Amino acid sequence: MSDKIKVVVCSGTACFVMGASDILLLEENLPEDLQGRIELEGANCLGYCKDGANGKAPYVTVNGELISGATVLSVMNKIREIAYA
Amino acid sequence: MLNINNGASKIKREILVRIAKLQLEGNLEEGVHYIPREMAPRNSESFRCCVYHDREVLRLRVMARLGHSVEDYDDEKKLSEFAREALEREKPTEPMLTVLDDACNACVRAHYMVTNACQACVARPCMMNCPKNCIAITGGRAHIDPEACVNCGICMQNCPYHAIIRIPVPCEEACPVGAISKDENGKERIDYSKCTFCGACMRECPFGAMMDKGQIVDVIRKIMEGKKVVALYAPAIAAQFRAVPGQLEAALLKAGFSKTFEVAHGADITADKEAEEFEERMERGDALMTTSCCPAYVRAVRIHAPDLNPCVSETRSPMHYTAEMAKKEDSGYVTVFIGPCLAKRKEGLDDPYVDYVLSAEELGALFMAKEIDLGSCEPLSCSSGPTASGRNFAQSGGVAEAVRIRLKHPERLKPFVINGLDAAGMKQLKAFGKAAAEGKSAEANLVEVMACPGGCIAGPSVITNPKVAAVQLKKYVSTGK
Repeated sequence: MSDKIKVVVCSGTACFVMGASDILLLEENLPEDLQGRIELEGANCLGYCKDGANGKAPYVTVNGELISGATVLSVMNKIREIAYA
Repeated sequence: MLNINNGASKIKREILVRIAKLQLEGNLEEGVHYIPREMAPRNSESFRCCVYHDREVLRLRVMARLGHSVEDYDDEKKLSEFAREALEREKPTEPMLTVLDDACNACVRAHYMVTNACQACVARPCMMNCPKNCIAITGGRAHIDPEACVNCGICMQNCPYHAIIRIPVPCEEACPVGAISKDENGKERIDYSKCTFCGACMRECPFGAMMDKGQIVDVIRKIMEGKKVVALYAPAIAAQFRAVPGQLEAALLKAGFSKTFEVAHGADITADKEAEEFEERMERGDALMTTSCCPAYVRAVRIHAPDLNPCVSETRSPMHYTAEMAKKEDSGYVTVFIGPCLAKRKEGLDDPYVDYVLSAEELGALFMAKEIDLGSCEPLSCSSGPTASGRNFAQSGGVAEAVRIRLKHPERLKPFVINGLDAAGMKQLKAFGKAAAEGKSAEANLVEVMACPGGCIAGPSVITNPKVAAVQLKKYVSTGK
């Protein structure tokens, strides 16, 4: 198995107000095949909210790739995409 | 149970942020009209039949965020007029809840339904066990006669294929006191003579049809008028954000509040007085005392378990003592309690020391509108903090523990925590009421009741998942005295 997939959940105020805390619990919801494959981190404000072109909060990066309006589901889909690429 | 952060709650928060931004720009009356259109632009994906329907529902949601009852909806009235009325009112209006009929229509009456997992088996336990004889097998499938069915659920329990399901009405199910039922048109109605304002319906309705009425406009207006608006933040609020001590205070000042008060100080007063009261009551031979800081619980006793009335502590809530402290410091303060609770809105309206009650969602929206990030704020140094036990009021068990450690004989305390006033919690409550009325000694002498399972950190208007909030609360508590 290669390196872990890095998931960074922006935990700035805007992201928290729009639901980032649920994504911080992502590891609890991971299906078996993805367990142990990710490294999750809550970060201070990453600044994406300063530019409307980035979409809506909450923001999550998966191996550096930005997901806006992130949900547990959209983050999980991205992880799966990378895991099986 | 629904997630705290679901599609409906995100729409609510987005509306709040838009309203706050417009108001801060001095453009609320003019700009509010465009909110539904901006949130449901043409050619966007719609939740309902079309974006036009979505916009109409959004219009009603905006009304509630402005603090109006959507029952006062008027086709001819523009949102700008509702905004103006909100900007002119001096006091929030009752009732604290409002029901969005247009969203609510989607729910059918709670009933049992046979799904296509039905095998039309030979044993037919559904038919055999139905006390009303209302199940027939036709076309290779069991059918329930809805006219005769009494919703007992025996068929569901007996089906070996799990082919029979119950379709609930989530708000009715969530309401622990039977205050919600359908009217003649099938729309949900709240009987406010029964409602405890626990907010469970608001949390559980998948369509976001059960709504609180906002006070954010009132608070921003007072701030913009240059009044000395002070923030009284509940311990549960400190657990909502990722921040180090002092950053929430800094953010509140940045948002325009002129001073902050920790409601945990009031919690210390409540705990001191409750401990004293407990000792007095035990001395005079009372069987038990219950806590009194959860307003939904107190209302539940007054209306639904009156036997327990004499046992409810006469001590006031942390919000009350903190607001009293603030008003005594300066009667010119506009006091804003900030918490995750709907019942506090009612308690605040009835308390002369409390001017407004802001929800956790509204505070979050205010921060977003002003682009305040707590983590980037320079922490303020807070000198004399409240105790750890006062700060721990925000989770179940915290109040009883705060009382226990203050007793002269803590070993005499037999605590019992009713962690959530759902149907089971109401039953426990009534059992204690019965024991008290009959003068029997109960299994506990101090009963702590939290209407929300988990305590205030799981309140109906929180923004942070209660599990994450519990971790953040722990940090906040650990820095208490």
